[in-house]
Formats: sequence, C-alpha cells, structure tokens
Amino acid sequence: MTKGIESLARWGRKGCDSFESLGRAGIFLAQSAVAVPSREGLRLWLHQIYFVGVLSLAIVLVSGLFIGMVLALQGYTILVDFGAEQALGQMVALSLLRELAPVVAALLFAGRAGSALTAEIGLMKATEQLTSMEMIGVDPLRRIVAPRLWAGFVSLPVLTIGFSVVGIWGGYLVGVEWLGVFEGSYWSNMQASVSFLDDVGNGIIKSLVFALVVTWIAVFQGYDLVPTSEGISRATTRTVVYSSLAVLGLDFVLTVVMFGGLS
Amino acid sequence: MTDVPFVEIEDLHFTFGGREIFRGINMAIPHGRITAIMGPSGTGKTTLLKLIGGQLTPDSGRVLIDGQDVHRLSRKALFELRKRMGMLFQSGALFSDLDVFENVAFPLRVHTDLPEPMIRDLVLLKLQSVGLRGARALTPAELSGGMARRVALARAVALDPELILYDEPFVGQDPISMGVLVELIRRLSQALELTSIVVSHDIKETLSIADYVYLISDGKVVAEGTPKSLDTHADPRVSQFVHGEPDGPVPFHYPAPDFYSDILDDATASGGHP
Repeated sequence: MTKGIESLARWGRKGCDSFESLGRAGIFLAQSAVAVPSREGLRLWLHQIYFVGVLSLAIVLVSGLFIGMVLALQGYTILVDFGAEQALGQMVALSLLRELAPVVAALLFAGRAGSALTAEIGLMKATEQLTSMEMIGVDPLRRIVAPRLWAGFVSLPVLTIGFSVVGIWGGYLVGVEWLGVFEGSYWSNMQASVSFLDDVGNGIIKSLVFALVVTWIAVFQGYDLVPTSEGISRATTRTVVYSSLAVLGLDFVLTVVMFGGLS
Repeated sequence: MTDVPFVEIEDLHFTFGGREIFRGINMAIPHGRITAIMGPSGTGKTTLLKLIGGQLTPDSGRVLIDGQDVHRLSRKALFELRKRMGMLFQSGALFSDLDVFENVAFPLRVHTDLPEPMIRDLVLLKLQSVGLRGARALTPAELSGGMARRVALARAVALDPELILYDEPFVGQDPISMGVLVELIRRLSQALELTSIVVSHDIKETLSIADYVYLISDGKVVAEGTPKSLDTHADPRVSQFVHGEPDGPVPFHYPAPDFYSDILDDATASGGHP
C-alpha cells in the first residue's frame, strides 16, 4: 500500500518537475526573444548565423541531394509499372516540399547545430562565464542566448529551402539523366501540381515552427543544465532527443492542420 | 573615507541542497575600506559573495548595497547596480572566445561609447597594473591559473567600480605575483576609495591588507574586528583559525560517523558505497 503511494508521489513529483521546467523554459524564451536590436546585436547575430547556419550547409545539402536521388529511384520503380513515370517530378517535389525537407533538415539541424549550441552555452555556464558576464552588468540572455535563438530561427528555413532545391535537382539527375524520364514532363508536371502557397508556403511555415522549437530546446538545455561534465553530456543528449521527438510530433499535427482537408 | 556602510547584510538565512549554509548573518561593510570575510573551507564564503551580487536569493534577510535591496530590484535595475560592482572569480571566468585584450576591453565596449584609441589606452593601463601588458594577444587557454586571475582582476576594475568582490584572490599565485596582488588590492582601495570585500583563507596576506575582518563558521559570524584584535581574540575557535593550528575546537573532518565503526561496517550490509 505505502509502496503504491510512494510511487504515485514519485510520479507526481516528476510531473511537477516537468511543468516547472516547462515554465522556466517559457520565461526564458520570453526574456531572451525580446532583445532590443542594436548594431552590436546585429554583429553577434550575423556571427551566429555563420556558426549555426552556414556551417550546417554542407551536411544539409548533401543529405538533400541523396534523399532526392533515392526518392526518384524508388518512385520510378513504382510509377513505371503503371506507365506513370512522367509524374516523377510531381512526386519528388511534393514529398520534399511538404514533408521531407522540413523534417529531415530540422533533424539534421538538431544534431549538427542544436547539440553544439547546448554544449557551448553549457560550458560557458560551467566555467562561470555566464555568471561573470552577469556581474559585469551584461545580461547573458540578451548577449549570448538571443543572437543564437534568432540565428537558428532564420537559418533553418533557409537551409530547408536549400534542401528542397538540391533534392529536386537530385531527383532530376536520377530520373531524367539516368533513367530516361522525359525532361519536359518532369518539370511541367511539377509546375502544374505544386502550389506555391499550399506546398512551398506550408513547408516554410513548418520549418519556421521547427526552427523555433529546436533552437529553443537547444539554448534552454544549455542554459539550464547542471554545470558538470556529466550535466553537459546529458543536456546535449536531451537536446537531440527532445528536438527530434518534438519535430516529428509537431510535423504530424501541422500536417493534419495543413493538408488534412486536401482530398 | 566615511564610516557609512556601503554594503549591509541583515539577518541573512540561506539553505542550499538541504544544508543550512547561513543562519542569521549580519555585517556592515564600510565605504572605502577593505573588509575581509574569512573562515574554513566549505563555510559558504563564495556563496556569500553570490548573495551580495544578487546571483542567489536568500531564504530570508536582506542585502543592501548603497541603500538598495539587491534581491528586490527588477532584473534591469539589478544589472544597472552591477555596473557599479566588479567581481573577481576564483577561476577567473574569462571569456574563452576573446583574447586577453578583448576580455579587459569587454566592459568598456558594452557600457561606454569611448573611442577605440581611448579603450586601447585604458586596457593597456589596466593590464600594465597586473603585469600582463605583454600578454594581451594570448587567449585564456594559454594562460596559467594565476595569470588568468590577474587578467580577470584587470577586467573587474576596467570600469572603475565602487565595490569590488574578491573571491580567493591569492589562491595559486607564486610568491612574487602574490606580493604584487596584495599591493594592488591595497592600492586600488586607497587610490580609488574602492569598497573591497575579500573572501579568503590565506590568513597572512588577508590580515595584512584588511581594515576589518569577519570570521564566519557554521553559518554564523563567530568573530569580527580589526586584524590586531583578532590576533589576540579570546575565542579558541578564532585563535585556532588565525594561527592555523590543526588541533582545536574547529574540526578538520567533514561531519561523519565514528571512524572505527565506519571501517568495520560491512559495505554491502549498509547498501553499498556510503
């Protein structure tokens, strides 16, 4: 009996802890997102765009190319049975724009940039750099967190667009250049079926949501971690795990809202 | 120099991780003097500095700096107040992505609109005073612990603060730089009428520069007075600490069960490691 109550209490405590940490994360986001733009802030932001965005370009573009190529190859083998290989362009473009580009780019971004952000901020915390910044009278939320948060928010959608473009080109390489689908039908079917607002637009909205969530999780985990070597390693893992789950879960919700009504 | 307290600590209570660190601390730290806070390791001296700097919040009690209650200020007002303070961290806590010069220039760049040549002059002046003008291009990773602390001191006084908090400034210094540092803290305090709080357990050095000393142990102020009066203090705990005697009323060991029974206790029977 007491054992049951004890375990119930443990679950309750865990629930309370999770809610408390969610609350802290919310306050943290509110405090750091409202940074006043300044020339110095712009410089720090551009600097972070380089680290978070530009340095993630290679992995995102290479992955996009391969995913586009695989899509075309798999799609062709099925479509050709129905004599519908002219629809290859449409299939590749829609799968990339609506789903694969936002989701896979966000997952790669969480692994490549999110974990780095957590480790960097965490190490700053462990070596008292954040505390000493506070004592100098500079708010680390403004100086350290805000530029990283905004850099992630802007970088991921751009990376997602790059992912789609390279993926569609990869599909073209395999489908048209290698397997011999007629080039005209690859592009014209794509042009006829892809709606800019519904497909490109919704894909970008998805990636904006993922960008905010992944970067938020990454900087918060870094800022909130226990400043020991074990704490840093746990927080880095948490960043990747939480971000991936959040991206996949949110993707389902967003897809239902955006495309659920399409017949 | 006036005797109006610049920092006042009133009935401060603080618990951390289930352990009572402070049980009613009262201090009045006068303007323009060097006040030392001493005590054995683990008595929460660094914690006290963090409470003064507003990084930790006490369970009860107040910390007033120049009449302002540190823990009731808004986040913005607290950061404004901190511009008037400097803090020297035990680890130095230099920004690892900036070199020595930029570390010292950081407070000047963020809080002033001074032209570049003036920032350069100021930084070199501060670095000269800690003897590291030649090390301006090094990164923090290339510095020894003692050098990092001296750079951190130059950074802490870059804005000429009114209050400076030193956390164990003498640890890890070689005899030469120790002497220079002691002299530097004294000079800074006298020339700029700086209010200094030095947390340390280096008795000789600290007593040689302090105007007033608080001795804390077991969460309370056990003695206070001028260095001279402490030297001949009647309390055996005080004289044990001041004269560095291993045997006395202050235990060397962290609280633990009886050694003999602890050794004989079967580790597995008591549930493993503890």
